[in-house]
Amino acid sequence: MFGQRRESSLVPNYVILILLVAFALGPLVVLAFNSLKTAQELVVNPLGFPNSFRPLNFADAWRQGGFQTTAMNSVFLVVTTVALELLLAGLAAYSLARLNPPGHNAFMLYMLVGSTLPIWLFLVPLFYLWSQLGLRNTLYGLTILYVAFNAPFATFLLRAFMVQIPRDFEDAARVDGANEIGVFTRVVLPLTWPGFLTVGLVVGLGVWNEFQTALIFTSDPDLFPVALSYYKFTSRFGRDWTLTSAAAVMMIAPVLVLFLALQRRFIAGLSQGGLKG
Amino acid sequence: MALQRELVQPVGGVMASAATGARRRFFRRKVVPWLFILPLLALHFVVVIVPSLQALYYALTDWSGIGQAEFIGFANFRNIMQDHTYRSALVNNLQWMLFFLTVPFAMALIAAQILAPVQRGSMFIRTALFIPYVLPSVINANIWMNLLSPRMGVGAQLDKAGIPGLDIAFLGRPDTALITIAFVDNWHFWGFLMVLFLTAMQGISQDLYDAAKIDGANRVKEFLHVTIPGILPTLAFMMMLVAIWSFLVFDYVWILTQGGPANASEVLGSYLYKQVFNRFEAGYASAIGLTMSLFAGFIIGLFALLRKRGWEI
Repeated sequence: MFGQRRESSLVPNYVILILLVAFALGPLVVLAFNSLKTAQELVVNPLGFPNSFRPLNFADAWRQGGFQTTAMNSVFLVVTTVALELLLAGLAAYSLARLNPPGHNAFMLYMLVGSTLPIWLFLVPLFYLWSQLGLRNTLYGLTILYVAFNAPFATFLLRAFMVQIPRDFEDAARVDGANEIGVFTRVVLPLTWPGFLTVGLVVGLGVWNEFQTALIFTSDPDLFPVALSYYKFTSRFGRDWTLTSAAAVMMIAPVLVLFLALQRRFIAGLSQGGLKG
Repeated sequence: MALQRELVQPVGGVMASAATGARRRFFRRKVVPWLFILPLLALHFVVVIVPSLQALYYALTDWSGIGQAEFIGFANFRNIMQDHTYRSALVNNLQWMLFFLTVPFAMALIAAQILAPVQRGSMFIRTALFIPYVLPSVINANIWMNLLSPRMGVGAQLDKAGIPGLDIAFLGRPDTALITIAFVDNWHFWGFLMVLFLTAMQGISQDLYDAAKIDGANRVKEFLHVTIPGILPTLAFMMMLVAIWSFLVFDYVWILTQGGPANASEVLGSYLYKQVFNRFEAGYASAIGLTMSLFAGFIIGLFALLRKRGWEI
Protein backbone atom coordinates (compact mmCIF):
# COMPACT_ATOMS: atom_id res chain seq x y z
CA MET A 1 0.00 0.00 0.00
CA PHE A 2 3.03 2.27 0.15
CA GLY A 3 4.23 1.06 -3.20
CA GLN A 4 5.32 4.55 -4.26
CA ARG A 5 7.75 4.88 -1.37
CA ARG A 6 11.32 4.41 -2.56
CA GLU A 7 12.99 1.10 -1.69
CA SER A 8 16.05 2.89 -0.30
CA SER A 9 13.98 4.40 2.50
CA LEU A 10 13.09 0.87 3.62
CA VAL A 11 16.56 -0.07 4.82
CA PRO A 12 15.72 0.48 8.50
CA ASN A 13 12.59 -1.62 8.03
CA TYR A 14 14.62 -4.48 6.62
CA VAL A 15 17.15 -4.28 9.44
CA ILE A 16 14.47 -4.58 12.12
CA LEU A 17 12.60 -7.26 10.23
CA ILE A 18 15.73 -9.35 9.76
CA LEU A 19 16.40 -9.13 13.50
CA LEU A 20 12.85 -10.27 14.20
CA VAL A 21 13.17 -13.15 11.74
CA ALA A 22 16.40 -14.15 13.48
CA PHE A 23 14.57 -14.07 16.81
CA ALA A 24 11.78 -16.27 15.42
CA LEU A 25 13.94 -18.78 13.55
CA GLY A 26 17.22 -18.69 15.50
CA PRO A 27 16.06 -21.11 18.19
CA LEU A 28 14.87 -23.52 15.50
CA VAL A 29 18.19 -23.34 13.70
CA VAL A 30 19.99 -24.15 16.97
CA LEU A 31 17.60 -27.07 17.41
CA ALA A 32 18.45 -28.40 13.96
CA PHE A 33 22.19 -27.96 14.62
CA ASN A 34 22.04 -29.78 17.94
CA SER A 35 20.09 -32.68 16.48
CA LEU A 36 23.19 -33.54 14.40
CA LYS A 37 25.95 -33.15 16.97
CA THR A 38 27.63 -35.81 19.03
CA ALA A 39 27.03 -35.57 22.76
CA GLN A 40 30.71 -34.72 23.24
CA GLU A 41 30.59 -31.81 20.84
CA LEU A 42 27.38 -30.45 22.32
CA VAL A 43 29.03 -29.91 25.70
CA VAL A 44 31.63 -27.57 24.21
CA ASN A 45 29.51 -26.18 21.40
CA PRO A 46 25.86 -26.02 22.55
CA LEU A 47 24.67 -23.28 20.19
CA GLY A 48 26.88 -23.13 17.12
CA PHE A 49 27.14 -24.87 13.77
CA PRO A 50 27.80 -28.62 14.11
CA ASN A 51 31.33 -29.80 13.38
CA SER A 52 30.43 -33.41 13.99
CA PHE A 53 27.69 -35.16 12.13
CA ARG A 54 25.74 -37.93 13.83
CA PRO A 55 22.50 -38.83 12.04
CA LEU A 56 22.27 -41.82 14.39
CA ASN A 57 20.76 -39.37 16.90
CA PHE A 58 17.53 -39.69 14.98
CA ALA A 59 17.53 -43.48 15.13
CA ASP A 60 18.35 -43.38 18.85
CA ALA A 61 15.64 -40.83 19.58
CA TRP A 62 13.16 -42.78 17.45
CA ARG A 63 13.84 -45.94 19.42
CA GLN A 64 14.25 -44.53 22.92
CA GLY A 65 11.34 -42.15 22.51
CA GLY A 66 9.10 -44.96 21.33
CA PHE A 67 8.21 -42.93 18.25
CA GLN A 68 6.97 -45.99 16.46
CA THR A 69 4.09 -46.18 18.92
CA THR A 70 3.53 -42.50 19.61
CA ALA A 71 3.65 -41.41 15.98
CA MET A 72 1.07 -44.06 15.15
CA ASN A 73 -1.09 -42.88 18.05
CA SER A 74 -0.91 -39.31 16.87
CA VAL A 75 -1.62 -40.23 13.26
CA PHE A 76 -4.61 -42.21 14.43
CA LEU A 77 -5.86 -39.26 16.51
CA VAL A 78 -5.35 -36.78 13.68
CA VAL A 79 -7.06 -38.97 11.07
CA THR A 80 -10.05 -39.98 13.17
CA THR A 81 -10.56 -36.50 14.61
CA VAL A 82 -10.35 -34.77 11.25
CA ALA A 83 -12.61 -37.32 9.55
CA LEU A 84 -15.24 -37.23 12.25
CA GLU A 85 -15.05 -33.44 12.55
CA LEU A 86 -15.51 -32.92 8.83
CA LEU A 87 -18.42 -35.34 8.76
CA LEU A 88 -20.30 -34.04 11.79
CA ALA A 89 -19.52 -30.35 11.42
CA GLY A 90 -20.07 -30.60 7.66
CA LEU A 91 -23.55 -32.01 8.15
CA ALA A 92 -24.42 -29.42 10.80
CA ALA A 93 -23.02 -26.56 8.76
CA TYR A 94 -24.95 -27.67 5.69
CA SER A 95 -28.17 -27.72 7.64
CA LEU A 96 -27.48 -24.28 9.12
CA ALA A 97 -26.54 -22.78 5.77
CA ARG A 98 -29.30 -24.31 3.69
CA LEU A 99 -32.09 -26.20 5.41
CA ASN A 100 -33.29 -23.49 7.82
CA PRO A 101 -33.88 -25.74 10.81
CA PRO A 102 -36.39 -24.15 13.16
CA GLY A 103 -34.47 -22.56 16.01
CA HIS A 104 -31.16 -22.42 14.16
CA ASN A 105 -30.31 -19.05 15.67
CA ALA A 106 -30.54 -20.56 19.13
CA PHE A 107 -28.19 -23.32 18.05
CA MET A 108 -25.68 -20.83 16.61
CA LEU A 109 -25.80 -18.88 19.86
CA TYR A 110 -25.28 -22.09 21.77
CA MET A 111 -22.23 -22.92 19.67
CA LEU A 112 -20.84 -19.43 20.27
CA VAL A 113 -21.30 -19.77 24.03
CA GLY A 114 -20.06 -23.36 23.93
CA SER A 115 -16.84 -22.26 22.24
CA THR A 116 -16.10 -19.77 25.00
CA LEU A 117 -16.67 -22.15 27.90
CA PRO A 118 -13.17 -22.89 29.19
CA ILE A 119 -12.18 -26.52 29.63
CA TRP A 120 -11.33 -25.72 33.24
CA LEU A 121 -15.02 -25.23 33.96
CA PHE A 122 -16.08 -28.76 33.04
CA LEU A 123 -12.76 -30.58 33.26
CA VAL A 124 -13.28 -32.28 36.62
CA PRO A 125 -16.70 -33.85 35.93
CA LEU A 126 -15.60 -34.70 32.40
CA PHE A 127 -12.56 -36.51 33.74
CA TYR A 128 -14.69 -38.68 36.03
CA LEU A 129 -17.33 -39.18 33.34
CA TRP A 130 -14.63 -40.43 30.96
CA SER A 131 -13.35 -42.76 33.70
CA GLN A 132 -16.80 -44.21 34.27
CA LEU A 133 -17.47 -44.67 30.57
CA GLY A 134 -14.14 -46.43 30.14
CA LEU A 135 -13.02 -43.76 27.68
CA ARG A 136 -10.12 -42.50 29.72
CA ASN A 137 -6.85 -44.01 28.51
CA THR A 138 -8.28 -44.79 25.09
CA LEU A 139 -7.50 -43.12 21.81
CA TYR A 140 -11.19 -43.08 20.90
CA GLY A 141 -11.87 -41.14 24.08
CA LEU A 142 -9.39 -38.45 23.05
CA THR A 143 -10.81 -38.34 19.52
CA ILE A 144 -14.29 -37.66 20.87
CA LEU A 145 -12.98 -34.83 23.06
CA TYR A 146 -11.03 -33.24 20.22
CA VAL A 147 -14.03 -33.41 17.88
CA ALA A 148 -16.24 -31.76 20.48
CA PHE A 149 -13.72 -29.03 21.35
CA ASN A 150 -13.19 -28.12 17.69
CA ALA A 151 -16.85 -28.37 16.72
CA PRO A 152 -17.83 -24.68 17.04
CA PHE A 153 -14.87 -23.47 14.97
CA ALA A 154 -15.42 -26.12 12.29
CA THR A 155 -19.15 -25.54 12.07
CA PHE A 156 -18.87 -21.77 11.75
CA LEU A 157 -16.12 -21.90 9.17
CA LEU A 158 -17.84 -24.53 7.02
CA ARG A 159 -21.15 -22.71 7.24
CA ALA A 160 -19.45 -19.53 6.01
CA PHE A 161 -18.20 -21.43 2.97
CA MET A 162 -21.55 -23.05 2.28
CA VAL A 163 -23.75 -19.97 2.36
CA GLN A 164 -21.76 -18.71 -0.63
CA ILE A 165 -22.85 -21.49 -3.00
CA PRO A 166 -25.57 -20.36 -5.40
CA ARG A 167 -28.82 -22.09 -4.55
CA ASP A 168 -29.51 -22.75 -8.24
CA PHE A 169 -26.82 -25.43 -8.23
CA GLU A 170 -28.58 -27.38 -5.53
CA ASP A 171 -32.00 -26.86 -7.05
CA ALA A 172 -30.70 -28.22 -10.32
CA ALA A 173 -29.52 -31.34 -8.54
CA ARG A 174 -32.87 -31.72 -6.78
CA VAL A 175 -34.66 -31.47 -10.09
CA ASP A 176 -32.43 -34.30 -11.21
CA GLY A 177 -33.86 -36.30 -8.35
CA ALA A 178 -31.07 -36.10 -5.79
CA ASN A 179 -32.08 -36.34 -2.16
CA GLU A 180 -30.49 -34.19 0.58
CA ILE A 181 -27.58 -36.56 1.04
CA GLY A 182 -27.02 -36.60 -2.72
CA VAL A 183 -27.12 -32.81 -2.93
CA PHE A 184 -24.62 -32.65 -0.11
CA THR A 185 -22.14 -35.13 -1.56
CA ARG A 186 -22.48 -34.24 -5.24
CA VAL A 187 -22.98 -30.45 -5.19
CA VAL A 188 -21.99 -28.95 -1.87
CA LEU A 189 -18.89 -30.99 -1.20
CA PRO A 190 -17.19 -30.42 -4.58
CA LEU A 191 -17.77 -26.67 -4.27
CA THR A 192 -16.74 -26.20 -0.66
CA TRP A 193 -13.72 -28.49 -0.42
CA PRO A 194 -11.37 -25.55 0.29
CA GLY A 195 -13.36 -24.99 3.48
CA PHE A 196 -13.08 -28.65 4.39
CA LEU A 197 -9.36 -28.60 3.65
CA THR A 198 -8.88 -25.53 5.85
CA VAL A 199 -10.79 -27.06 8.74
CA GLY A 200 -8.94 -30.33 8.31
CA LEU A 201 -5.54 -28.62 8.40
CA VAL A 202 -6.31 -26.46 11.42
CA VAL A 203 -7.91 -29.27 13.40
CA GLY A 204 -5.21 -31.74 12.37
CA LEU A 205 -2.45 -29.34 13.40
CA GLY A 206 -4.17 -28.71 16.72
CA VAL A 207 -4.46 -32.44 17.44
CA TRP A 208 -0.86 -33.17 16.47
CA ASN A 209 0.39 -30.41 18.80
CA GLU A 210 -2.13 -30.96 21.60
CA PHE A 211 -0.71 -31.42 25.09
CA GLN A 212 -3.10 -30.46 27.88
CA THR A 213 -6.01 -32.80 27.15
CA ALA A 214 -3.71 -35.71 26.41
CA LEU A 215 -1.83 -35.10 29.67
CA ILE A 216 -5.05 -35.21 31.65
CA PHE A 217 -6.83 -38.06 29.91
CA THR A 218 -4.04 -40.55 29.22
CA SER A 219 -1.60 -42.15 31.63
CA ASP A 220 -0.74 -45.29 29.65
CA PRO A 221 2.59 -44.74 27.80
CA ASP A 222 1.43 -47.03 24.99
CA LEU A 223 -1.30 -44.51 24.20
CA PHE A 224 0.72 -41.29 24.41
CA PRO A 225 0.47 -38.98 21.41
CA VAL A 226 3.79 -37.47 20.25
CA ALA A 227 3.47 -34.17 22.15
CA LEU A 228 2.79 -35.81 25.49
CA SER A 229 5.42 -38.44 24.81
CA TYR A 230 7.94 -35.74 23.96
CA TYR A 231 7.22 -34.02 27.26
CA LYS A 232 7.82 -37.26 29.18
CA PHE A 233 10.87 -37.98 27.02
CA THR A 234 12.47 -34.63 27.84
CA SER A 235 11.85 -35.12 31.53
CA ARG A 236 13.70 -38.46 31.29
CA PHE A 237 16.47 -37.61 28.82
CA GLY A 238 16.42 -33.85 29.44
CA ARG A 239 20.18 -33.67 29.82
CA ASP A 240 20.87 -35.25 26.47
CA TRP A 241 20.14 -32.38 24.10
CA THR A 242 21.22 -34.30 21.04
CA LEU A 243 18.46 -36.84 21.58
CA THR A 244 15.75 -34.36 22.57
CA SER A 245 16.67 -32.14 19.63
CA ALA A 246 16.55 -35.03 17.19
CA ALA A 247 13.16 -36.07 18.59
CA ALA A 248 11.90 -32.50 18.24
CA VAL A 249 13.07 -32.27 14.64
CA MET A 250 11.24 -35.49 13.79
CA MET A 251 8.10 -34.22 15.45
CA ILE A 252 7.98 -30.82 13.78
CA ALA A 253 9.29 -31.80 10.35
CA PRO A 254 5.93 -33.03 9.02
CA VAL A 255 4.21 -29.97 10.46
CA LEU A 256 6.67 -27.59 8.83
CA VAL A 257 6.55 -29.29 5.43
CA LEU A 258 2.76 -29.21 5.41
CA PHE A 259 2.67 -25.64 6.67
CA LEU A 260 5.10 -24.36 4.06
CA ALA A 261 3.25 -26.18 1.28
CA LEU A 262 -0.18 -24.87 2.26
CA GLN A 263 0.64 -21.77 4.26
CA ARG A 264 -2.02 -19.48 2.82
CA ARG A 265 -4.74 -21.90 3.80
CA PHE A 266 -3.19 -22.49 7.22
CA ILE A 267 -2.88 -18.80 7.97
CA ALA A 268 -6.40 -18.03 6.77
CA GLY A 269 -7.83 -20.89 8.81
CA LEU A 270 -5.89 -20.09 11.97
CA SER A 271 -6.87 -16.43 11.72
CA GLN A 272 -10.53 -17.26 11.40
CA GLY A 273 -10.17 -19.76 14.19
CA GLY A 274 -9.14 -17.00 16.58
CA LEU A 275 -11.80 -18.33 18.90
CA LYS A 276 -9.72 -21.41 19.51
CA GLY A 277 -7.31 -21.29 22.43
CA MET B 1 -33.12 -43.66 -13.54
CA ALA B 2 -33.02 -40.25 -11.88
CA LEU B 3 -35.65 -38.96 -14.26
CA GLN B 4 -37.91 -41.84 -13.39
CA ARG B 5 -37.75 -41.15 -9.68
CA GLU B 6 -38.50 -37.50 -10.25
CA LEU B 7 -41.64 -38.40 -12.17
CA VAL B 8 -42.85 -40.98 -9.72
CA GLN B 9 -42.47 -38.95 -6.58
CA PRO B 10 -44.84 -36.02 -7.22
CA VAL B 11 -47.48 -38.40 -8.57
CA GLY B 12 -47.23 -40.48 -5.44
CA GLY B 13 -47.59 -37.31 -3.38
CA VAL B 14 -50.84 -36.37 -5.05
CA MET B 15 -52.28 -39.80 -4.61
CA ALA B 16 -51.44 -40.05 -0.93
CA SER B 17 -53.85 -38.51 1.52
CA ALA B 18 -53.34 -34.87 2.50
CA ALA B 19 -52.43 -35.90 6.03
CA THR B 20 -49.52 -38.06 4.91
CA GLY B 21 -48.29 -35.25 2.67
CA ALA B 22 -48.34 -32.78 5.53
CA ARG B 23 -46.55 -35.18 7.79
CA ARG B 24 -43.96 -35.87 5.16
CA ARG B 25 -43.48 -32.15 4.57
CA PHE B 26 -43.12 -31.57 8.29
CA PHE B 27 -40.55 -34.33 8.43
CA ARG B 28 -38.66 -32.93 5.47
CA ARG B 29 -38.70 -29.29 6.53
CA LYS B 30 -38.45 -29.48 10.31
CA VAL B 31 -37.04 -32.83 11.31
CA VAL B 32 -34.48 -33.63 8.62
CA PRO B 33 -32.54 -30.37 9.15
CA TRP B 34 -32.16 -31.23 12.80
CA LEU B 35 -31.08 -34.76 12.00
CA PHE B 36 -28.08 -33.17 10.28
CA ILE B 37 -27.20 -31.22 13.42
CA LEU B 38 -28.06 -33.86 15.98
CA PRO B 39 -24.81 -35.89 16.02
CA LEU B 40 -22.67 -32.83 16.69
CA LEU B 41 -25.12 -31.44 19.20
CA ALA B 42 -25.32 -34.73 21.08
CA LEU B 43 -21.54 -34.96 21.21
CA HIS B 44 -21.20 -31.42 22.51
CA PHE B 45 -23.96 -32.08 25.01
CA VAL B 46 -22.13 -35.05 26.50
CA VAL B 47 -18.64 -33.50 26.50
CA VAL B 48 -19.34 -29.88 27.40
CA ILE B 49 -22.86 -29.19 28.63
CA VAL B 50 -23.53 -32.05 31.03
CA PRO B 51 -20.10 -31.79 32.73
CA SER B 52 -20.48 -28.00 32.94
CA LEU B 53 -23.79 -28.37 34.76
CA GLN B 54 -22.31 -31.07 36.99
CA ALA B 55 -19.42 -28.73 37.79
CA LEU B 56 -21.89 -26.15 39.08
CA TYR B 57 -23.06 -28.76 41.58
CA TYR B 58 -19.64 -30.22 42.47
CA ALA B 59 -18.38 -26.71 43.21
CA LEU B 60 -20.74 -26.82 46.18
CA THR B 61 -19.46 -30.15 47.47
CA ASP B 62 -16.57 -31.76 49.26
CA TRP B 63 -15.60 -34.49 46.81
CA SER B 64 -12.44 -36.50 46.31
CA GLY B 65 -13.43 -37.62 42.82
CA ILE B 66 -14.35 -41.11 43.99
CA GLY B 67 -17.55 -42.01 45.76
CA GLN B 68 -20.16 -39.68 47.18
CA ALA B 69 -19.86 -35.91 47.02
CA GLU B 70 -20.88 -34.20 50.23
CA PHE B 71 -22.89 -31.00 49.84
CA ILE B 72 -21.22 -28.18 51.76
CA GLY B 73 -22.85 -25.07 50.30
CA PHE B 74 -20.49 -22.20 49.57
CA ALA B 75 -17.69 -23.42 51.82
CA ASN B 76 -15.35 -23.95 48.84
CA PHE B 77 -15.76 -20.35 47.80
CA ARG B 78 -15.18 -19.13 51.35
CA ASN B 79 -12.00 -21.20 51.39
CA ILE B 80 -10.93 -19.75 48.05
CA MET B 81 -11.19 -16.27 49.52
CA GLN B 82 -8.72 -17.23 52.26
CA ASP B 83 -6.45 -19.40 50.11
CA HIS B 84 -3.08 -17.65 49.79
CA THR B 85 -1.89 -19.87 46.98
CA TYR B 86 -5.08 -19.19 45.04
CA ARG B 87 -4.57 -15.49 45.55
CA SER B 88 -0.96 -15.48 44.42
CA ALA B 89 -1.94 -17.62 41.41
CA LEU B 90 -4.64 -15.11 40.52
CA VAL B 91 -2.13 -12.27 40.84
CA ASN B 92 0.16 -14.19 38.49
CA ASN B 93 -2.69 -14.56 35.99
CA LEU B 94 -3.25 -10.81 36.18
CA GLN B 95 0.44 -10.11 35.64
CA TRP B 96 0.33 -12.54 32.74
CA MET B 97 -2.57 -10.57 31.28
CA LEU B 98 -0.71 -7.29 31.73
CA PHE B 99 2.30 -8.74 29.92
CA PHE B 100 0.26 -10.22 27.07
CA LEU B 101 -1.88 -7.14 26.55
CA THR B 102 1.24 -5.04 26.09
CA VAL B 103 4.37 -6.85 24.88
CA PRO B 104 2.99 -8.98 22.01
CA PHE B 105 0.62 -6.21 20.92
CA ALA B 106 3.42 -3.66 20.79
CA MET B 107 5.73 -6.06 18.95
CA ALA B 108 3.02 -7.11 16.50
CA LEU B 109 1.87 -3.56 15.78
CA ILE B 110 5.37 -2.26 15.18
CA ALA B 111 6.38 -5.25 13.06
CA ALA B 112 3.19 -5.10 10.99
CA GLN B 113 3.68 -1.37 10.49
CA ILE B 114 7.23 -1.76 9.21
CA LEU B 115 6.40 -4.87 7.17
CA ALA B 116 3.41 -3.30 5.42
CA PRO B 117 5.40 -1.10 2.99
CA VAL B 118 7.92 -3.84 2.23
CA GLN B 119 7.44 -5.63 -1.09
CA ARG B 120 10.49 -7.75 -1.73
CA GLY B 121 10.71 -10.72 0.64
CA SER B 122 7.57 -9.78 2.51
CA MET B 123 6.03 -13.21 2.06
CA PHE B 124 9.15 -14.90 3.42
CA ILE B 125 9.30 -12.59 6.42
CA ARG B 126 5.62 -13.11 7.20
CA THR B 127 5.98 -16.88 6.97
CA ALA B 128 9.13 -16.90 9.12
CA LEU B 129 7.50 -14.84 11.85
CA PHE B 130 4.42 -17.08 11.79
CA ILE B 131 6.27 -20.41 12.03
CA PRO B 132 6.68 -20.52 15.84
CA TYR B 133 2.89 -20.30 16.14
CA VAL B 134 2.34 -23.65 14.40
CA LEU B 135 4.87 -25.53 16.52
CA PRO B 136 3.84 -27.54 19.58
CA SER B 137 4.17 -26.04 23.04
CA VAL B 138 6.21 -28.97 24.33
CA ILE B 139 8.95 -28.34 21.78
CA ASN B 140 8.97 -24.55 22.00
CA ALA B 141 9.24 -24.84 25.76
CA ASN B 142 12.04 -27.37 25.56
CA ILE B 143 14.06 -25.33 23.05
CA TRP B 144 13.95 -22.33 25.35
CA MET B 145 14.62 -24.37 28.44
CA ASN B 146 17.92 -25.29 26.79
CA LEU B 147 18.65 -21.79 25.49
CA LEU B 148 18.00 -20.34 28.94
CA SER B 149 20.06 -22.94 30.76
CA PRO B 150 22.57 -21.22 33.06
CA ARG B 151 25.29 -23.79 32.29
CA MET B 152 24.92 -24.28 28.55
CA GLY B 153 22.51 -21.67 27.22
CA VAL B 154 22.91 -18.24 25.65
CA GLY B 155 23.72 -16.64 28.99
CA ALA B 156 26.56 -19.08 29.64
CA GLN B 157 28.03 -18.44 26.18
CA LEU B 158 27.82 -14.69 26.67
CA ASP B 159 29.57 -15.14 30.00
CA LYS B 160 32.38 -17.02 28.29
CA ALA B 161 32.57 -14.27 25.70
CA GLY B 162 33.01 -11.70 28.44
CA ILE B 163 29.45 -10.50 28.98
CA PRO B 164 28.60 -11.70 32.50
CA GLY B 165 25.34 -11.62 34.44
CA LEU B 166 22.99 -13.47 32.10
CA ASP B 167 24.00 -17.00 33.06
CA ILE B 168 21.30 -17.25 35.69
CA ALA B 169 18.59 -19.86 36.17
CA PHE B 170 15.80 -17.74 34.75
CA LEU B 171 13.24 -20.48 35.28
CA GLY B 172 14.55 -21.56 38.67
CA ARG B 173 14.39 -18.21 40.43
CA PRO B 174 11.15 -17.00 42.01
CA ASP B 175 11.63 -13.45 40.76
CA THR B 176 12.19 -14.36 37.10
CA ALA B 177 10.24 -17.62 36.55
CA LEU B 178 6.88 -16.17 35.53
CA ILE B 179 8.18 -13.49 33.21
CA THR B 180 10.48 -16.01 31.58
CA ILE B 181 7.57 -18.34 30.86
CA ALA B 182 5.64 -15.39 29.46
CA PHE B 183 8.63 -14.55 27.27
CA VAL B 184 8.72 -18.09 25.84
CA ASP B 185 4.98 -18.22 25.25
CA ASN B 186 5.17 -14.83 23.59
CA TRP B 187 7.97 -15.97 21.29
CA HIS B 188 5.47 -18.51 19.98
CA PHE B 189 2.45 -16.17 19.95
CA TRP B 190 3.33 -12.69 18.75
CA GLY B 191 3.92 -13.58 15.08
CA PHE B 192 0.34 -14.80 14.83
CA LEU B 193 -0.87 -11.45 16.13
CA MET B 194 1.40 -9.68 13.66
CA VAL B 195 -0.11 -11.53 10.70
CA LEU B 196 -3.63 -10.70 11.90
CA PHE B 197 -2.76 -7.00 12.15
CA LEU B 198 -1.01 -7.02 8.79
CA THR B 199 -4.09 -8.52 7.13
CA ALA B 200 -6.30 -5.92 8.80
CA MET B 201 -3.96 -3.10 7.72
CA GLN B 202 -4.15 -4.22 4.11
CA GLY B 203 -7.90 -3.68 4.29
CA ILE B 204 -7.47 0.04 5.03
CA SER B 205 -8.19 2.22 2.01
CA GLN B 206 -5.18 4.00 0.49
CA ASP B 207 -7.35 7.14 0.21
CA LEU B 208 -7.23 7.56 3.98
CA TYR B 209 -3.43 7.59 3.93
CA ASP B 210 -3.38 10.03 1.03
CA ALA B 211 -5.80 12.34 2.85
CA ALA B 212 -3.66 12.16 5.99
CA LYS B 213 -0.60 13.10 3.94
CA ILE B 214 -2.36 16.10 2.43
CA ASP B 215 -3.25 17.18 5.95
CA GLY B 216 0.45 17.07 6.74
CA ALA B 217 0.44 14.02 8.99
CA ASN B 218 3.81 12.49 9.75
CA ARG B 219 4.26 8.73 10.08
CA VAL B 220 3.42 8.66 13.78
CA LYS B 221 0.21 10.61 13.26
CA GLU B 222 -0.64 8.46 10.29
CA PHE B 223 -0.23 5.40 12.50
CA LEU B 224 -2.32 6.81 15.34
CA HIS B 225 -5.10 8.37 13.28
CA VAL B 226 -5.41 6.07 10.28
CA THR B 227 -3.84 2.69 11.00
CA ILE B 228 -5.02 2.15 14.56
CA PRO B 229 -8.65 3.16 13.88
CA GLY B 230 -8.56 1.04 10.73
CA ILE B 231 -7.61 -2.13 12.58
CA LEU B 232 -9.51 -1.34 15.77
CA PRO B 233 -12.05 -4.19 15.38
CA THR B 234 -9.25 -6.76 15.05
CA LEU B 235 -7.22 -5.09 17.80
CA ALA B 236 -10.10 -5.00 20.28
CA PHE B 237 -11.25 -8.53 19.51
CA MET B 238 -7.76 -9.93 20.02
CA MET B 239 -7.39 -7.97 23.25
CA MET B 240 -10.57 -9.59 24.47
CA LEU B 241 -9.35 -13.07 23.54
CA VAL B 242 -5.92 -12.52 25.06
CA ALA B 243 -7.51 -11.25 28.27
CA ILE B 244 -9.70 -14.37 28.42
CA TRP B 245 -6.80 -16.72 27.66
CA SER B 246 -4.76 -15.07 30.40
CA PHE B 247 -7.01 -16.67 32.97
CA LEU B 248 -6.84 -20.08 31.30
CA VAL B 249 -3.10 -20.42 30.61
CA PHE B 250 -1.62 -23.82 31.44
CA ASP B 251 0.67 -25.44 28.82
CA TYR B 252 3.81 -23.32 29.01
CA VAL B 253 3.61 -22.93 32.78
CA TRP B 254 3.20 -26.62 33.34
CA ILE B 255 5.94 -27.70 30.95
CA LEU B 256 8.50 -25.13 32.08
CA THR B 257 8.07 -24.95 35.87
CA GLN B 258 4.89 -26.76 36.98
CA GLY B 259 4.12 -23.54 38.87
CA GLY B 260 7.38 -23.50 40.79
CA PRO B 261 9.68 -22.64 42.34
CA ALA B 262 7.57 -22.47 45.51
CA ASN B 263 4.41 -21.39 43.65
CA ALA B 264 6.26 -18.40 42.18
CA SER B 265 4.84 -19.09 38.72
CA GLU B 266 1.63 -20.78 39.85
CA VAL B 267 -1.40 -19.83 37.77
CA LEU B 268 -5.01 -20.84 38.33
CA GLY B 269 -4.80 -23.57 35.69
CA SER B 270 -1.78 -25.30 37.24
CA TYR B 271 -3.23 -24.84 40.72
CA LEU B 272 -6.50 -26.47 39.66
CA TYR B 273 -4.62 -29.34 38.05
CA LYS B 274 -2.74 -29.98 41.30
CA GLN B 275 -5.93 -29.86 43.33
CA VAL B 276 -7.49 -32.59 41.19
CA PHE B 277 -4.58 -34.89 40.51
CA ASN B 278 -2.22 -34.41 43.44
CA ARG B 279 -4.55 -33.58 46.30
CA PHE B 280 -7.80 -35.22 45.09
CA GLU B 281 -9.87 -32.16 45.96
CA ALA B 282 -12.24 -32.48 43.01
CA GLY B 283 -14.96 -30.37 44.63
CA TYR B 284 -12.57 -27.54 45.46
CA ALA B 285 -11.08 -27.78 41.96
CA SER B 286 -14.55 -27.45 40.44
CA ALA B 287 -15.04 -24.27 42.44
CA ILE B 288 -11.70 -22.93 41.17
CA GLY B 289 -12.71 -23.77 37.60
CA LEU B 290 -15.97 -21.95 38.10
CA THR B 291 -14.18 -18.81 39.29
CA MET B 292 -11.87 -18.97 36.26
CA SER B 293 -14.91 -19.14 34.00
CA LEU B 294 -16.44 -16.19 35.80
CA PHE B 295 -13.31 -14.11 35.22
CA ALA B 296 -13.43 -15.03 31.52
CA GLY B 297 -17.14 -14.27 31.42
CA PHE B 298 -16.47 -10.92 33.08
CA ILE B 299 -14.07 -9.99 30.26
CA ILE B 300 -16.67 -10.91 27.64
CA GLY B 301 -19.30 -8.89 29.51
CA LEU B 302 -16.94 -5.92 29.71
CA PHE B 303 -16.37 -5.92 25.97
CA ALA B 304 -20.08 -6.39 25.26
CA LEU B 305 -20.79 -3.40 27.47
CA LEU B 306 -18.18 -1.23 25.74
CA ARG B 307 -19.62 -2.17 22.38
CA LYS B 308 -23.12 -1.30 23.57
CA ARG B 309 -21.92 2.10 24.72
CA GLY B 310 -20.88 2.87 21.18
CA TRP B 311 -17.27 1.74 21.00
CA GLU B 312 -16.69 0.47 17.52
CA ILE B 313 -15.11 -2.81 18.49
